[in-house]
Amino acid sequence: MNDHPDSPLLDPDQTIVRVLGDDGMLDAVHDPHLSDDEIIALHAAMVRTRIIDERLVSLQRQGRIGFHIGSLGEEATIIGSAHALRPNDFIFPAYREFGAALLRGFPLQSYFDNMFGNRRDPARGRQMPDHYTSAKTRFASISSPIGTQIIHAVGFAVAARIRGDDVVTLAYFGEGATSSNDFHNGMNFAGVMRAPTVMLCRNNGWAISVPPQRQTAARSFAEKGRAYGVRYARCDGNDVFAVIRVTRDAVQRAASGGGPTLVECLTYRMAGHSTSDDPTIYRTADDLEAWRRRDPIGRLRAFMVSRGLWDDDKQGELERGIDAEIGVAIEQAESAGPPPLESMFEDVYAAVPRHLQEQREQLLSGPRPSLAHH
Amino acid sequence: MPRMNMVQAINDALRTEMRRDARVVVLGEDVGKLGGVFRVTQGLQAEFGEDRVIDTPLSESGIIGTAVGMAMYGLIPVPEIQFADFIFPGYDQIVSEVAKLRYRSGGEYSSKMVIRTPVGGGIRGGHYHSQSPESLFIHVAGLKVVCPSTPHDAKGLLIAAIRDPDPVLFFEPKRVYRAAKGEVPAEPYEVPLSSAKVVREGTQVTVVSWGAMVYEAIEAASQAQAQGVSAEVIDLRTLWPVDVDTIVESVKKTGRLVVVHEAPKTCGFGAELVAMINERAFWHLEAPPVRVTGFDTPFPYTLEMEYLPLAHRILPAVLETART
Repeated sequence: MNDHPDSPLLDPDQTIVRVLGDDGMLDAVHDPHLSDDEIIALHAAMVRTRIIDERLVSLQRQGRIGFHIGSLGEEATIIGSAHALRPNDFIFPAYREFGAALLRGFPLQSYFDNMFGNRRDPARGRQMPDHYTSAKTRFASISSPIGTQIIHAVGFAVAARIRGDDVVTLAYFGEGATSSNDFHNGMNFAGVMRAPTVMLCRNNGWAISVPPQRQTAARSFAEKGRAYGVRYARCDGNDVFAVIRVTRDAVQRAASGGGPTLVECLTYRMAGHSTSDDPTIYRTADDLEAWRRRDPIGRLRAFMVSRGLWDDDKQGELERGIDAEIGVAIEQAESAGPPPLESMFEDVYAAVPRHLQEQREQLLSGPRPSLAHH
Repeated sequence: MPRMNMVQAINDALRTEMRRDARVVVLGEDVGKLGGVFRVTQGLQAEFGEDRVIDTPLSESGIIGTAVGMAMYGLIPVPEIQFADFIFPGYDQIVSEVAKLRYRSGGEYSSKMVIRTPVGGGIRGGHYHSQSPESLFIHVAGLKVVCPSTPHDAKGLLIAAIRDPDPVLFFEPKRVYRAAKGEVPAEPYEVPLSSAKVVREGTQVTVVSWGAMVYEAIEAASQAQAQGVSAEVIDLRTLWPVDVDTIVESVKKTGRLVVVHEAPKTCGFGAELVAMINERAFWHLEAPPVRVTGFDTPFPYTLEMEYLPLAHRILPAVLETART
């Protein structure tokens, strides 16, 4: 299954696909042939993702939001893979891929409304920050349990095929999730059903504090595909060109009836697991420094500058624009109030049943807590 | 009107809905060529093909998780879990995903599906082919839970469940899969969810049950009648959201309540029913409510007829309550 003749992704020797070389040249075999405009747009999306991350961390430190789980250092993996999808394709996220949602058109305001859990939050203030939902951009609802979305992506893809629709699903998960029940189920069901799906493992080096060698004794996460009969590939996850090439190949193959692919993107979580984590307990500054030199945005920008596509003025203008839109989004999100009390009882079922009507009346007519809504 | 057993009636309901709506798909272990280990899905794959009657790998979490994705796409999956005892690998998917998807997405997505699974003891199945885990699902916000006792209700409730917008756990009492026979209309019909049924009228004691134990409750009521005690028997049919009004109305008349279920006593659904009746009809009660249930042990093999709350255990509870 991995010796498909027209695929450059043969992986018997654990090849890592890399396109953007240290010399600033693009590998001729794997180059996805992006236009200058595409490259500029990808860079802008990655920068936007990072600046949003930084602002959200600072809002959390100020006590204005409760939590953030970000993607610092993983922007090429997330933006590149989402860019490789076709408009009708569908994303089943873990919880670190807000950049992918925004790239597909999820409004920044809605994202910030979710971060504040306010009355305009698409999840209606029912979930923690970063657990939004975006059906319009074909992006599933986020849950915290690890790996559960992988098997959903398989079912969704098979359903589309049953209905005769050309849809490929992409499931995101971290390397820690490869230890979960539903990674196994997703891989096995996808293999057996030849589901048109791409399972994208962000190997970012850490599952909270646990390194990859404590998750698996396999030589790589990608090679787990072998035993499931699922094609697999590895790429440099900090090289947006490589991520796009590998994901695009996997999407095309799935769409043409070639079945699923497990993609392992080698990247690095440069921040803590979330704002609740303290990574200094389990990793050294040297570990981080080695990856800082491979920063996906820095590498892409150096390439753009060398090609004459980018300069400091353009960077300044980009950052000012992003700062401005974030400023507006924060102001709007923070000033919107909490969801109405009765909304607690809606959407449990399609209609509010008798027992929840009674409990709603109890809440509405009862005393209010002294602690404010945050 | 055709006579059917419960297996035939459920098969008929599935066939009816699959003919009516191309979005309805069946998936699970052995549901295809074999027609399920109880033959409930017999003949469906031959009629509807392998895309709509899917033999899956042997993983309950995978079955439920696949069904969630299918439901998000707009299909109406009817996954079969071979025995309710084996549902627990899928419990995370049911609790964390199926039950919460509509709520957590602000109504953008739902996981409308009907999870069918055989339940209950009395078939010499031991621990792992006999349990009644309904209260573990009633406790989870977002699920509906159904358990029919007759072929007629099984067909009508399953059709109603498939047409319902919410996820439904559909527990099939396997002890009466073939033993329960009755007239079942050939045409499609719905038995509305959340509607209990008074299956035997009486004046002195209300006996509430569901599934296979309904027959035991009726038997106990007949024996009580012979001893001069008139018991009313209610078949809940839908466990959640429960039709509490039918119970309250009966208890206001009889003043006495006996709840019968196979599941262990502690935190069984009977506990909730007693609490609900205490909240709503306390001043109408003439005697303390009584539970006749399985014991708080794993389900035993050799002694299963001692474990089950059969008529011989229900009768003394009814008589004693009536005389209190």
